[in-house]
Parts: sequence; structure tokens; C-alpha cells
Amino acid sequence: MTEVIERPTATDIGTVTVKGRRGGFVWRYPLVFLGATIVGLMAIAAFGAPWLGTVDPLALDPLRRLRPPDAVNWLGTDQFGRDIWSRVVYGARVSLIVGIAAAVLSIGIGLAIGLIAGYVRLLDSVAMRIMDGIMAIPGILLAIALVSLSGASTLTVVVAITIPEIPRVVRLVRAIVLSVREEPYVEAAIAAGTRLPLILLRHVLPNCIPPLIVQATYVCASAMLTEAILSFLGAGTPPEIPSWGNMMAEGRAFFPIAPRIVLFPGIALALTILAINVLGDGLRDRLDPRLAKRM
Amino acid sequence: MADATPVLSIDGLTVQLPAGGDRFNAVENVSFHVNPGEIVCVVGESGSGKSVTAHTVMGLLPRDQLTPTSGRILLQGEELLGRTPDELRRLRGARMAMIFQEPMTALNPVMRVGEQIEEVLKIHTTWSAAQRRARVLDVMDAVRLPDTERLIGSYPHQLSGGQRQRIMIAAALALDPALLIADEPTTALDVTTQAQILKLIRELQERRGTGVLFITHDFGVVAEIADRVVVMKHGRVVEQGTAAEVLQAPRDPYTRMLIGAVPSLTPRHRTAPESAEVALETRSLQKIYVMGGLFGRKRTVPAATDVNLRIRRGETLGIVGESGSGKSTVARCIARLIEPSDGAILIHGADVAPLSARALRPHRKRVQIVFQDPYRSLNPRRTVGASLIEGPMNFGLGKAEALERARNLMTMVGLDPDALTRFPHQFSGGQRQRICIARALAMDPEILIADEAVSALDVSVQAQVLALLDDVRQRFNLAVLFITHDLRVAAQVCDRIAVMHRGRIVEEGGTVALFRAPQHDYTRALFDAAPGRHFAFGQHAAS
Repeated sequence: MTEVIERPTATDIGTVTVKGRRGGFVWRYPLVFLGATIVGLMAIAAFGAPWLGTVDPLALDPLRRLRPPDAVNWLGTDQFGRDIWSRVVYGARVSLIVGIAAAVLSIGIGLAIGLIAGYVRLLDSVAMRIMDGIMAIPGILLAIALVSLSGASTLTVVVAITIPEIPRVVRLVRAIVLSVREEPYVEAAIAAGTRLPLILLRHVLPNCIPPLIVQATYVCASAMLTEAILSFLGAGTPPEIPSWGNMMAEGRAFFPIAPRIVLFPGIALALTILAINVLGDGLRDRLDPRLAKRM
Repeated sequence: MADATPVLSIDGLTVQLPAGGDRFNAVENVSFHVNPGEIVCVVGESGSGKSVTAHTVMGLLPRDQLTPTSGRILLQGEELLGRTPDELRRLRGARMAMIFQEPMTALNPVMRVGEQIEEVLKIHTTWSAAQRRARVLDVMDAVRLPDTERLIGSYPHQLSGGQRQRIMIAAALALDPALLIADEPTTALDVTTQAQILKLIRELQERRGTGVLFITHDFGVVAEIADRVVVMKHGRVVEQGTAAEVLQAPRDPYTRMLIGAVPSLTPRHRTAPESAEVALETRSLQKIYVMGGLFGRKRTVPAATDVNLRIRRGETLGIVGESGSGKSTVARCIARLIEPSDGAILIHGADVAPLSARALRPHRKRVQIVFQDPYRSLNPRRTVGASLIEGPMNFGLGKAEALERARNLMTMVGLDPDALTRFPHQFSGGQRQRICIARALAMDPEILIADEAVSALDVSVQAQVLALLDDVRQRFNLAVLFITHDLRVAAQVCDRIAVMHRGRIVEEGGTVALFRAPQHDYTRALFDAAPGRHFAFGQHAAS
């Protein structure tokens, strides 16, 4: 009495539509597309900086100080005669490195702690209390303290940004683990003698990935912003590396006569963060259709 | 019957499904009527369109997804289709009301139940607060809620499931509507509670002359309550008539199949293997949950107390009980998905209860479990094949061999072996349950636990899965522990039955003897509550 395998019904929208209709991605997910495009351009700027009509972003030219935009200096020059276009393009490197590093590190560490906290009852309350403790420390304050203790460097900035982000990831992962571990298919795997690491890898982890991708975009955007704030306060990226934050910090005294020194890195920063957030929102809608409908 | 106009009359109703569904219309050319003081049962399996019909009458269809395209719905002679949402809103509650399946989610958890009943009165009347309160107490009395003065100020979570459903009914009846639509109102309730609610609906309807449209999938309930029956299949009415006509002399083959698939309450005679070796034995098994601690006062909740079971190979032992009786706790202790607090679990004489997770591992394969919910029992992100080979590969079988075994098992449970590369969402509920059985068998177990394994399935699918379970029991000489709340199912598949109540086994015995002469009061109460017990099901075989 072999039964006929049913064809997927309208409720299985997830995989069916994606496979069924390839074209029209741009129109179906305009937000994802827009965000991804801008982020992509930023990435190209960061990696291809030397080939994008730039000069050495640190080269001083006292004869060409505070020049308005022209054919040589596309966005003008700053108070030391440095080319603003080159500095904005190279500045994307710092932002991107800090953003990605903070996202990868906080997601990686948070995922590991969250999985353990969600599955090992004994460690759960200990780990979560530590996370509560970290959450109680203001992020900027922690960053300033770390930088003043160990000196300004990109690595310090990344560490300083990553630590306050970890608790959020841990809480997210732990919540997912706690609900997934009750699923009958996980219990069936336990009954089939699957060892704990494999259960986490096969059955629990895949459920964490989509929300973590979305979370990663938010961590990335917030890390870029924090980096800029820290640099602006003089507690972030050292001044010899061009970053949007310290460009704005150095240029703020000249704002009344040459606002572009502050404006262009500011625009670059705002645009990047907006793009990453838009990408995150789009991905969330795509990866979790239930949330999208609620908006 | 003085009033000749039907309360509800549906004529040629067609409701269209959105494009891309498995059929064009959710409901097609459906016609029937409900007279005053009459209970009409619309019965059908999942996807038959019975709920869509009810929701169309109430004007509760999801907008833009389901649209009535033709036909008429008359409420006391007044057309309902084509009314504005505002006009329909005025009719709902006042002249027609609905009660739902899940009384927990249908009530607002942060609102006192009295206020929820009163809300209907606030919307539809200009009564004073005192008048409304008097009316609320009145209907609460009518649905036989005790101590109404106190209950009126309680929140839903403080009430039992049965009481919550009574509140729903009270709210529905507050304004004496002409039509009451009940959408599976007792499906989520225990049998004893179900019996009370059915009696209540019957009683209220007789007293007030309300017309009731009763949606159900359960022919036992139909036999219990219906005046007339409408049988639906794939959105069409296949048969309608009086309860006696449809139940005793069904004309349509589909109806005959449905009624034939309802398991009989008369136990089938089985030859229990008296001498086979004992596969599983529990001694004074106990599970106590400890809540609170650290700051709050510790509370202990005994979920299972002093449970002694014994199953021989080739035998099926049923554990029957209502929700919260501890039957699933026992099953999960035996499968060691939860730690037993005390007692012994002997598998071939070896006690596995005190073993650590590591020491337990070799014993894992001997006990396998099939769960209730076919939609959550398989990892949706992994292919069926990956799910089937996971267990055997844990115990050292090579991938190729494991796949070969999986293919054989798929054939054995009646599925296409090539379907191993598919994902669970491409299968129906019954097919998924077959896959779960195949997954359990892949471990080559000695003991198979079926925890409400057929409870979520339609009755025709249920019969097939039960037959499959019985087939594999014989073929592999399995000891089966069959957990169920359904006496009919238990009567058909179990050699012996243990009745659980509040964490204890109150009665145990051979199925035939137990059904003939139940000893314990609780067992008798369970038997009395079984819906449709006066009607002999399982006699009209499918033709």
C-alpha cells in the first residue's frame, strides 16, 4: 500500500518559491539588494583603496591646505593638506575590519557560551549571571578603560567593542537552545544514542544560524559606530591610521571654514551603518517570514 | 417545531483558495441548514473544509486569502454574504456566536473572565453595569460553573480546561444567540471533561432552542450529540442526513470508510504471549519534579509514583490516562529522556535507571520512542535519509549499510525508498509518522514506546498507522508500550492495559477483562465518558 508522496502545498513557501522563481530577486527583496550593494561598494573601497585614484592618505602637503574639491583632490584637502578622498576610502578599511572582527568574534564566543549555557544546566546560571554583570558595564566606559590600560590600537578597539556585545548573543542563542532542546526530533536523536556535541552541531546549531546572521549585521553596524565614537574621543584608532572617527575629531576645529573635513567621513559612516542595518532588516524578513508579516 | 425558518441555511457555498494551493476551492457547492433547536454535526478529516465553512458563516475568513465566490448564507432568512464588516460585527455575539477548540488561547490571559463575558454585553447592549453583572452571573450559572461570585474575578490560568471552555460557552450564550457555532470545542479536553461539556451543550440547546453547528472530526462525539450529520470531504458535502441514517446506514463509501475506521470499544481478542521473556520491567519507578529552591520555597510535584510495569516480548501494554496522569512521564523515564527519581528500570534484567549518560549509551538502541506530533518529530532541516541513518551510524554502522537498511525500512513502512532524499515538509502527517516508526526500527530495538503516536492523525490514517505498528510488533517480536488517552485505540491494540490517574497506576489487567469489568472508580468514570459508547463502531467495513 505505497502512498503517493504529496507535492508541497502552498504553506511550504520557504524553499519552494526560491527554487521555483530565480529571477526578480531585486524586486522581491529591494532592501536586501540596496543594503548589500552599498556594503559591497564599501568593501570594494576598503580592499581596492590603492587603485581608486587615491594618494597616500598620510602624505602631508602644506602648500595645499584646506583646498575645496577640484580635479586633483576630488573632495578637497584637510588642514594638513591631506587628500580627503584618499582618507575616506582608506578609512573604510578600519571601519570594515573593526565591524567584521567584532561581529565574528562576538558571535563566535557568544554562540559557544550560549550553546553550553543552554545545554548544561549546572553552568547555565553561572554563565548567565556573568553575562548580566557584563551587560551592567557601559560599553563606551569599558572601551575607554581598556584603551587607557593597554594603549590605542585596532586590536584593543575590537576587543573593547566585542566584550559588551557577547551577552546579547549569548542570551539569543540560549533562548533558541532552550526551545529547540524540547523538540521531539532532538529527543529522538538522544534516544538514538547521538552524542551531545553532534546533537548541538546537527540539530541545535542550524536553528541558531538565521537569527545569528541578522544579529551579526547589527553587531557590525554598532561596532563601526562605537569605533567612530571612540576615535572621535581620542580613545580609539591611533591617529596615524586614517579612520572616519579620528578624521571627524581632527577636523571639528575647522568645521566653520571647511565643513567637508567632517562632513565626508560623516556621510560615509552614516551611509554604511544605514546600509548594514537595512541589509539586516531585509535578511531578517527573508530568513524569518513570520516577523516580516508582523511589520 | 413552531418556527419553520431554519436558523442557518447555506446554499451552494463556494470559497476559493489562493492560487497555488492543492485544490482550487476550499469549499465547493456546500448546502445544508440548521433548524432551531437542532444540533448539526459537520464531520470530516483535516482539510475537508469544515472549519472554513464555519468561519465563512461568522465572517471570520482571513481577508484576501479565502473569498466566497458564490452561494448564499442565510441567518434566520437574512443574507450574510456581502455584508460589511461592521454589519457582521453587530450580528456576531448577538445572533450568532462561536466557541473554539483551544479555550486557553481563545481567552485573553490578562483579563478577568467575568469581564470577557461582559464584553459581549458592553458591545451589543446599553445595559447598566449592574444589569450586565447580573446577566454574567446568570449565564455562568447556566453553564454550571461553581461559586460564580468568586470565579467572575478570576483569570483564565486559574481555571481548569473544562472551566475555561464553560466560560467560552457562557460568553457565546450571553445574548441568547439563535445560532451557536462550535469548532471542535472538546478536542483539546480530557474525555471526562469532554463528556461534561457535550452534556452541557446538549442541555443548553434544548432549554434555549439554539441551533448548533458543531464541527468535529470525532465520530464518537457525533454519535453522542448530533441530530443531523453533514459529512465533508475535500471541500464537498458527500452525505447528509439524520444521525441515525448516517451512522447506521451510511450510503457514501467515504462515510462508510470513516465510520469503519473508528476503532471499536469492544476489545479485539488477542492471544497474549504468556511465556515470552520479559523485555522490560519497572519496579517502584518514581519521578518527582522539584520546583523553586535557592530563594523560593521548594515544592515537590510527584509526576509518577510507585509505577510497576512488566512487558514481555511480542506484547503490547497500554497506559491509559488523562492529561497530567503521568503516563508520558513514565514513557520518558523508561526511554531515559528524563531522569527517574527513584526505582528500577530493568531491561533484560539489567537496571538502567541509575546509569550515567555514558554507561547508558549501549542500552539506548534497545528502547526507541515514537512521538505524538508528526510535524515536530523530524528535524525539518535534514533529509529523511539523514534522520534514518543517524542512529545506526552512532552505533558504528557504515553509511552505505545504514542507507541500505533505511531503504528497506522505508519499503516496509509503505513508503517509496527513493523518498529518502526528501525533506519532512514534503510528507503528510501519516507519512511522517511512518518515517518516525522506520527511524525507531532502524535501531533494531526490543522495546518500542508509542507516546500518543496516533493521536494527532485523522481517523483513516490512524487506522493504517495502527496496523503498521501491529505489523512491526509481530515481525520484530517487539515489546510495545502504548501510551494513549483514547480508550477505543487502546481496546484495539493492547494485550494488557494499565490505567493511570494522578501519577499512580490505579488498575491493570488484560484488555478484555478490564473492558468487561472495570474495578476502579476512575476506570469506570473513563469508560462512562467515552463518546459514542452506546454506538457500535467498527462494523461497517469500508467497501
